[in-house]
Amino acid sequence: MLLQALAFYVFAAITVAAGAMVVVSRNPVYSVLFLILAFFNAAALFVLIGAEFIAMILVIVYVGAVAVLFLFVVMMLDINLTELREGFLKYFPVGALIGAVLFAEMLLGLGIVGAGSTTISGLNTQGAQVLATDNTRAIGRVLYTQYFYLFQVAGVVLLVAMIGAIVLTLRTRPGVRRQKVGDQINRTKEQTMTVVKVPTRGGV
Amino acid sequence: MVVGLESWTLARPELFLAASAMLLLIYGVVRGEVATPFVSVATSVVLLVTAVLLFAPYREGTAFASLFIVDRLTATMKALVLIGASIAVLMSRAYFEQAKAWRFEYPVLVALATLGMMLMISANDLMSLYVGLELQSLALYVIAAFQRDSLRSTEAGVKYFVLGSVASGMLLFGASLIYGFCGGTAFVQISRALLDGKAAEFGVVVGLVFVVAGLAFKVSAVPFHMWTPDVYEGAPTPVTALFAVAPKIAAVSLMVSVLMGPFKPLFPQWQQIIVVAAVLSMALGAFAALRQQNIKRLMAYSSIGNVGYVLLGLASGSEKGIQSIVFYLAIYLVMTLGVFATILMMKRRGVMVESVADLAGLAKSQPMMAFAMLLFMFSLAGIPPLAGFWGKLYIFIAAVEAKLFIPAVLGVLASVVASYYYLRIVKVMYFDEATDALDSTPFGVYRTVAFASAILVTLFSLAPQPLSLIAAAAAKGLFP
Repeated sequence: MLLQALAFYVFAAITVAAGAMVVVSRNPVYSVLFLILAFFNAAALFVLIGAEFIAMILVIVYVGAVAVLFLFVVMMLDINLTELREGFLKYFPVGALIGAVLFAEMLLGLGIVGAGSTTISGLNTQGAQVLATDNTRAIGRVLYTQYFYLFQVAGVVLLVAMIGAIVLTLRTRPGVRRQKVGDQINRTKEQTMTVVKVPTRGGV
Repeated sequence: MVVGLESWTLARPELFLAASAMLLLIYGVVRGEVATPFVSVATSVVLLVTAVLLFAPYREGTAFASLFIVDRLTATMKALVLIGASIAVLMSRAYFEQAKAWRFEYPVLVALATLGMMLMISANDLMSLYVGLELQSLALYVIAAFQRDSLRSTEAGVKYFVLGSVASGMLLFGASLIYGFCGGTAFVQISRALLDGKAAEFGVVVGLVFVVAGLAFKVSAVPFHMWTPDVYEGAPTPVTALFAVAPKIAAVSLMVSVLMGPFKPLFPQWQQIIVVAAVLSMALGAFAALRQQNIKRLMAYSSIGNVGYVLLGLASGSEKGIQSIVFYLAIYLVMTLGVFATILMMKRRGVMVESVADLAGLAKSQPMMAFAMLLFMFSLAGIPPLAGFWGKLYIFIAAVEAKLFIPAVLGVLASVVASYYYLRIVKVMYFDEATDALDSTPFGVYRTVAFASAILVTLFSLAPQPLSLIAAAAAKGLFP
């Protein structure tokens, strides 16, 4: 139990610190790298509470795809930092207000749940006991049986996304020199090389 | 039986459409651009065959662990959507060829969007509702921006995408609240929880409001209509024709099956919302269209107004109301396709024009086209004995029987205002002097569609019974 508490505090502290560094670091590339660190630690926190599936998804989706995409965008866009920071003081009160509201709501929510004044009914509170197996297996069991239909339709949605991305962006440009492997292999020595006898001191 | 695949044969039309769309995609990729005409025609045929598969043989029930439902209402709505999409695909060729954006992905994306619409019509769970809706929306965002070298088309695509995502977010937020308070996402579970006394929970009502807001966006009802004029104007015209019929019918059907299904116990709560949205839509559709010069924009406002009438039918919450919705949508489909076929014929020296003033003097240069447009405009305005009149009449009868007197009177007044701008088009065609005549269109898809629609709209009064019977059978499914 002590080890678990220790691990929690370490991961949580690194998550918060990395989150702060995302905001304050001067170089946007560093920001994205800190973001990835925060994601990894958040994933570790999920592992601690026994949600290993969400942890893996977090690493695969957020670290593997989203953060790397951010990194590419940040590196390609060449953002001028001093310009970005100009409005900081102007926007700070608004940001602080939103943060305060969110924090208050969170406290309120925790307080209400604790007080039991509202019950979100119908939730399966025995969830932990129902799951005799680990949750990846449990999700797999319903995903490929009960929700098979949804799984398949989600596949079609992704197909449409892929077709859409290709349709809207792919252009066949004229004058592109493509590599033709067949032609390269079929070249013979006779086509490409001439052997010239060069007399000594005569030049070609 | 394998869990999750229960009675999967009920989804035969959807499976057929999905498989065909993917095969056509592969064929297009292998053959390249030369395959486009074939893929386009094949898609139209596939959509029609899917519509036939819905009824031959017709079976009803739930499938895929109750995530999917088939009944008379869903089958009828799907048939309307499929017919609309099929004709919209047929009408797209000449336009895109001229715009040099004619590629085989277009019909494939329309087929996949239609698949999404069919899945959302058949939704029997908040999750299947959402995936169907997203499949539909995602494909539609792409085809709105399909003419990617046109600034207006890409703008329409981006606008539709951003606002559509916000609407999806609202819908999801509402769905999560409903899930939290009702303890399930299946329509049956929600309905049971509401009947067990959860209806009084405030959270459920808030969730319902968000879900209705998300759906109202998809049908472009006021106050969630802002995207409609811009997207309709910016998108390529055949895409606008598709937008005006298929997704609208699908979203209305979804709204009907959600509100009249699991949320029936909350009828007094959602009736107020729907009445307000209906009255505002009818009023805005009438007044905002008065000053429009662009005919696609005008049709956008007209469609907002038409959604208002449909919502009035829904607000009555009776079997007759639902029947009038099906009836109205079928007539709306025919009229709208006819109008867009005519708009697609508006060319001057080979260039598409889309302003109302361009129609000046059409009665002299092309009397047939002008007369067809006149019939559609009279029908949209609701002038007897054309089909549009019957649609409106049924809606108002249903509303009056449900004691919605004030909204019904406001609806009649709005339709009087709306007839001004419909008749203005007729006036421009018949009484204004032509400065520069429009090209005459050779016989083809556009003329066939316009002609067929005009015939249907005119002769509808002779035999309104068959459609009325179909609508009655569809509505009966919701009232066992």
